[in-house]
Amino acid sequence: MKATCQKQGNNGDEKMILNNVKEAYITDLIRKGKRADSRAPMEYRPIEVETNVFENCEGSAIAHLGDTKVLAGVKIDVAEPFSDRPNEGVFMVNSEFTPSAHPQFEAGPPNERSIELARVVDRGIRAANSIDLNALALPDGRVLGVFVDLYVLDHSGNLIDAAALAAMAALNNTRIPKYEPSSDEKKRGKLFRTESAGQLDIKSNVIACSFEKIEGTTIADATDEEEVASNGRLTIAIADGEYMVASQKSGAAGFKRQEIMNLFDAAVSKYAELAAHAKKR
Amino acid sequence: MGSSANKPQLIVDGKRVSGRGFSDLRNLKITAGVLKKANGSAMIEWGKNRILAAVYGPREVFPKHMTDPRKALINARYVMAPFSSMEEHGRSGPNRRSIEISKVAKHVFENNVLVHMFPKTMININMDVLQSDGGTRVAAVTAASVALVDAGIPVRDLVQGVSIGKIEGTQVSDLDKDEDNYGESDMPAIVSLRTGEVLLYQMDGKLTRVEVDTALSMIFEGAKIVREKQVEALRAKYESNLSEARE
Repeated sequence: MKATCQKQGNNGDEKMILNNVKEAYITDLIRKGKRADSRAPMEYRPIEVETNVFENCEGSAIAHLGDTKVLAGVKIDVAEPFSDRPNEGVFMVNSEFTPSAHPQFEAGPPNERSIELARVVDRGIRAANSIDLNALALPDGRVLGVFVDLYVLDHSGNLIDAAALAAMAALNNTRIPKYEPSSDEKKRGKLFRTESAGQLDIKSNVIACSFEKIEGTTIADATDEEEVASNGRLTIAIADGEYMVASQKSGAAGFKRQEIMNLFDAAVSKYAELAAHAKKR
Repeated sequence: MGSSANKPQLIVDGKRVSGRGFSDLRNLKITAGVLKKANGSAMIEWGKNRILAAVYGPREVFPKHMTDPRKALINARYVMAPFSSMEEHGRSGPNRRSIEISKVAKHVFENNVLVHMFPKTMININMDVLQSDGGTRVAAVTAASVALVDAGIPVRDLVQGVSIGKIEGTQVSDLDKDEDNYGESDMPAIVSLRTGEVLLYQMDGKLTRVEVDTALSMIFEGAKIVREKQVEALRAKYESNLSEARE
């Protein structure tokens, strides 16, 4: 029961009354071909990415999509490889919807939305082989782990795209600490975090584009209010400006085959704009 | 997904290791009404997959504060049994993967079930993977759709799907376990053939535009075959009910 009874945001009495008002307002606008902030359907809000915002973690970035802010922190650690992939480093993405970011976010274990966000971002970067996991093997049979934590700081909609952007920008600016194996092979060696063994090598830049469907109209980069009115979302992650590397449909709406292809093209056309913000500084 | 040192060969002499052609599905059988207590149920046997779907509801919402005065709440639960895989004993209960799958499965039925007919209620859809062999999420949702109809809950369509992958550069239908683990791409989807809509869509791997388009076409082709098996299952159930009634 636990997993399936998590708060949905759209449920709960007082929340819902407000949401109904917002929904009616947004839907009404969309029917007239408008958006509350007068953007074109496929237009993103101003994008800004700050990198190296913290010193202690090996990589960090904050992505802003309009008022949405998502922080990515990257830590590099020594890890044991998975038994079926003995020579590959470990890559892991987690996310935290901090209660500071939105009145409907509650403290506690990650809910299904948070898990979905982390897994979609993870899949895109992993499938594109952005990080060469074989290069993360250490001389003593251990491997390096790359741990990305996505912190939603301010939720004004389209968290997946912002999180993917923050993750990519942080990874592009991640240093690898120096590792010295222990003389006793059974023991883990030591990481010298202040001594750099170079930058994490990123082979491919991945961005995510999410589209929300409201009353049959599809829009990009929805605000949180537009998301309340949305019937469903399709996220498409693009690598190197041409490949689909991850996709996820969420919400009740269905998407026809041609719609998916059109949104694939829309995501490809957004690649250059978004990837420019994710690249290495 | 991705490369691994001990990757087995997946295509031998132009055929898949199982002997299947590139667009062939594995053996598939669905049985409707396998449980007594549940309002509706179905067992799906698809390749080595064995998945039980059970539906309860519409019934009172628990927890109560989740009640929606406008529609029925869909509660989907996909879980893999600890003994279901070829690998070691798994942890019981939901993990991150199954929570995500439960979420996207829920969305399928939020679309598919006529939820506005049953305000202030909840419909529970349980999918228990007893043995897994690749493609469990599409198999589970396919079985759940049969279980919903078996429960007499009004739906827009029987929904079904298949997972389309890419192994050694070739796009194939209905990935089995090895093809899923060592293939280059996986795109599981659930569709409604009546509306032409894709209701569950996930993908990871690396596909060009043409490959995405081909995969979508293969999904709809595969779904037609799966749908026939769903109809067969329901027909068999109704016919047995009928003969019981005559006796």
